Amino acid sequence: MRNSYIARSQKVAWRLLDGEMIIMSALDSMLFNLNPVATRIWQAADGRTPLSEIVRGLICEEFDVDPDVAHRDAEEFVNELASHGILTMSDRPVGLSDDSNKPWA
Amino acid sequence: MGLIEQLNRKALRLGVPLSVHLDVTYRCNERCEHCYLEHDDLGEMADAEIRSLLRQLEQAGVFFLTISGGEPLVRRDCFEILEFARSLGFNIKLKTNAILIKEQEARKLRSLGIEQVQISVYSDRPEVHDAITKVPGSLLRTVAAIRFLRGQGLKVTIANVLMKSNFHDSAGVRALAAGLGAQFTLDPTITPMLNGDRSPLRLRIATREVRSLFRDPNLVGDVDAFCAPPPPVDNEIDEGFPCSAGHTACYISPYGDVYPCVQFPLPCGNVRKETFLNIWKNSSQLSEVRSIRGKDLPTCSSCAHLGTCTRCPGLAFMEGNMRGPSSADCEKSFQRTGILTAGMVARGVVPSADAHGLVQIDRFPPHPLRPA
Repeated sequence: MRNSYIARSQKVAWRLLDGEMIIMSALDSMLFNLNPVATRIWQAADGRTPLSEIVRGLICEEFDVDPDVAHRDAEEFVNELASHGILTMSDRPVGLSDDSNKPWA
Repeated sequence: MGLIEQLNRKALRLGVPLSVHLDVTYRCNERCEHCYLEHDDLGEMADAEIRSLLRQLEQAGVFFLTISGGEPLVRRDCFEILEFARSLGFNIKLKTNAILIKEQEARKLRSLGIEQVQISVYSDRPEVHDAITKVPGSLLRTVAAIRFLRGQGLKVTIANVLMKSNFHDSAGVRALAAGLGAQFTLDPTITPMLNGDRSPLRLRIATREVRSLFRDPNLVGDVDAFCAPPPPVDNEIDEGFPCSAGHTACYISPYGDVYPCVQFPLPCGNVRKETFLNIWKNSSQLSEVRSIRGKDLPTCSSCAHLGTCTRCPGLAFMEGNMRGPSSADCEKSFQRTGILTAGMVARGVVPSADAHGLVQIDRFPPHPLRPA
């Protein structure tokens, strides 16, 4: 899991509002409001960066959290979003189909 | 509190326009008899202007984007506009009559991640629907399009606007929606045209028909609860806003004019002359709309219905005063509860036994509107 590559789905809408990402899936119209940590993970989910690197390089650096706790929480979060089709997980790097589709652009 | 409610409150606190309704054209391939628009192209925004506007809306924090018209798909670049808007992360609802949607278009909408498509259906009987749209065969084409869209798994909502000519067909439309796997909404609101022409109001359903709608458990659920007398007005109601228009939502016309709502023709600025964010933050008209609280309404603040009334400030504006009563909403409150509204008392409306006397709005003199 830690070496999985995660990518944002192209079927969702998103907006960053006051440091928290709002996401709505076009598949089932479910609305998600991510906290700042989850927001950073979602923003970094480019399909080319392993989850472990996202947690170590971004989350632990920016939020001063224990690495083991951060990894556990990140895996739980990724699993949940993946179960709703918001994120996809892969054993290999995958490119987003549209590189201009960056939620922080 | 649900997540949508939390989101709205957050947007309100931050002054973010969470929802924007953008008409990309007023041109249309139908000529619906109740339509509030004129369909000539008086210089609609070009593709580049719309792309620039969409970037500005993204920067302003807009999340829910309704793309509509006229008929948006008569624009040859409509799919490019939708694709660009999706690349910016908007949640998109497309309002269309769907008669230009075939399987290929449905597949494209699905691939773009359009969240939902809202389609007007006036009757399950072609002779009634087509008489309203004035396009022979339009119901068949619209229903075929809904099948294409549903076949792609897209969420479709059938909007059933009720008028005198189709009032008795709503059950049929609801059954049609169920058969197609579409959601169903019903709306008895007919508004004046944006140019001030009030002739569409002659199509409004009769008062007794509004009353019967409010007592249909298929539409309102618990009839006793829905029709119960309004609760006492408290401080929260006094300090409350009438609706999201101008607070977390606005409307933009194909010509770049910004209004508080599609049903509120108060020009607040034009995105061809200044940035959207400048209009949103600094428009004196929007400031005025935002300043209004329940307690500030000269007639409605004394009304028992203040906390439950659906008073539309846009309809009130079209009657001459955005702080005044909206007579259509007065009528709804009365038909729902049987309790006269302050607006009706002020106008001297006395309900007759058959309630026909309440359909006063048809006799109101037209008020001049500010030019859009």
